[in-house]
Amino acid sequence: MGIEVVVEGLTKSFGKQNIWQDVTLTLPAGEVSVMLGPSGTGKTVFLKSLIGLLKPDRGRVLINGVDMVNSPEREIFETRKLFGLMFQDGALFGSMSLFDNIAFPLREHTRKKEAEIRRIVMERIEVVGLLGAERKLPGEISGGMRKRAGLARALVLDPQIILCDEPDSGLDPVRTAYLSQLLIDLNAQIDATMLIVTHNLDIAATVPDNMGMLFRRELVTFGPRELLLTSEEPVVAQFLAGRREGPIGMSEEKDAAALAAEAADPRTRANTPREIVPQLEPSPGLPARRAAARRRERVLGMLDRLPPAARAAIERTYASAPTAPAMPLPAAGSGS
Amino acid sequence: MITGALRQTGRLFALSAEVSRAIFKRPFQFREFVEQFWFLASVTILPAALVSIPFGAVIALQVGSLTQQLGAQSFTGGASVLAVVQQASPLIVALLISGAGGSAICADLGSRTIREELDAMEVMGVSPVQRLVVPRVLAAMGVAVLLNGLVSVVGILGGYFFNVYLQDGTPGAYLSSFSSLAQLPDLYVSELKAVIFGFIAGIVAAYRGLNPRGGPKGVGDAVNQSVVITFLLLFFVNMVITGVYLQIVPPKGG
Ligand SMILES: Nc1ncnc2c1ncn2[C@@H]1O[C@H](COP(=O)(O)OP(=O)(O)OP(=O)(O)O)[C@@H](O)[C@H]1O
Ligand SMILES: [Mg+2]
Repeated sequence: MGIEVVVEGLTKSFGKQNIWQDVTLTLPAGEVSVMLGPSGTGKTVFLKSLIGLLKPDRGRVLINGVDMVNSPEREIFETRKLFGLMFQDGALFGSMSLFDNIAFPLREHTRKKEAEIRRIVMERIEVVGLLGAERKLPGEISGGMRKRAGLARALVLDPQIILCDEPDSGLDPVRTAYLSQLLIDLNAQIDATMLIVTHNLDIAATVPDNMGMLFRRELVTFGPRELLLTSEEPVVAQFLAGRREGPIGMSEEKDAAALAAEAADPRTRANTPREIVPQLEPSPGLPARRAAARRRERVLGMLDRLPPAARAAIERTYASAPTAPAMPLPAAGSGS
Repeated sequence: MITGALRQTGRLFALSAEVSRAIFKRPFQFREFVEQFWFLASVTILPAALVSIPFGAVIALQVGSLTQQLGAQSFTGGASVLAVVQQASPLIVALLISGAGGSAICADLGSRTIREELDAMEVMGVSPVQRLVVPRVLAAMGVAVLLNGLVSVVGILGGYFFNVYLQDGTPGAYLSSFSSLAQLPDLYVSELKAVIFGFIAGIVAAYRGLNPRGGPKGVGDAVNQSVVITFLLLFFVNMVITGVYLQIVPPKGG
């Protein structure tokens, strides 16, 4: 079973520049969460802080009782082996072929025979659709291929916590849809706790159990997907609709004058309510996601603390049989 | 400014300590070590040999002319050998190991750092210090010793050639003065210097390579700084070791 990740009061600055402060959230064990946020709000910094690559100024990140911020270096080092991190730029070893890159964790941490390693690596390479490119160096393939190779490398040790930094950027829409399905299938197979950082609205709408959003140096919200998808919060609504109107500007924040002008503009208020698309199911033949049942329990238990819109959406989600989609809605970029 | 310099120095020592500890950790990265050794040797051997011939000659000529004026020609050989083995050779090694070897190490580690390769390694629970830095530092030490031997031999041969053929010294006097002035500890301290120089060059290059500031431009700056810092350190350390050696080991031709 996946491992719960508890983040408490995390604050990070680089010199005088505060990135975010007081981020508190819990990634429930085995569930898939998505972190949204405009470019430059510190999502990558957040992922790196979870895994202990960057040291936040304050706060804790608890995993199995180990604090990834303040615990002794050796414990952090051991705990990292539970993680698979897919870097935003792939971070492949430039001097090794894709095969050797993906085999690296196996060769370092297991005593598997070379034939066994070959079998596992080729299987992963096939899953991410890179068959035929395994002998190439990272410098000889496209950006999207590098990302997929980075994902394969992150997955090769069957990690219990998977962090993906913008898995979709650099991928075409079809590959993105396959990737969404791949992430859900993976979750069904190994029940790992997953956190995906993305700008992609299709992934946000169809993959996660939970969603959060970073904006203006803080965590705007974090909770069940229905909470964000029905949110009236201007930032969240703007981001999920991909509109220009709202608090997010080109250089992260708009000033008050621009906002007032927008509010006065009659075209702005065309606020169509979003439909909630059902979450992706694992591919046929795979076991059901164990996290789904746990999530149902958990979310139904917190219903009375949620705003009415979110509550209604959750009740609709769980009204029908858990395996069938709640409503016959058009699928938005689902890869099934 | 001063606290900044102190902090850098502290981190440099911390890295040295970490490397020293990691040297004894299994598994030893033998392949990486051999590759690095081979690489460092291949970029330094030829320039070292080429530099040491004129260096040996200059010293032989200078010492030869001095001894002539002092009326001590019979000591020319021994004196120039001492100068080559104890001073010229370690300094040539310092020059090449930091200029050619250290800059390559620093550029390599620096570009890996900005490509996040080292972060990726750390995330996979593999220590970049053990995996990458230790083999490089050991290779730098090994190559430094090798170079030191090479430079000494080539320098002495060069000195011999110039003294005997250009300054009309006699081969017999040149050789016999070896044993009257030089002694084995001179050779030991020379190799000791080489080992220490290799260690310092490797550590400084690795330190600057692991901490480049801001992108590809930062790597260029880091390489530059690593070479300058290593030069300063090596010349200073050379002075200290020489001073201590001359104090504690009695000269032979007393
Ligand atoms: N090592 C660093 N030193 C100084 N500042 C940094 C460092 N890393 C990130 N930052 C700053 O932190 C902020 C957030 O960066 P981050 O890479 O986390 O953004 P992001 O949310 O991942 O953006 P994107 O969606 O474009 O990837 C940026 O303003 C960046 O300048
Ligand atoms: Mg990022």
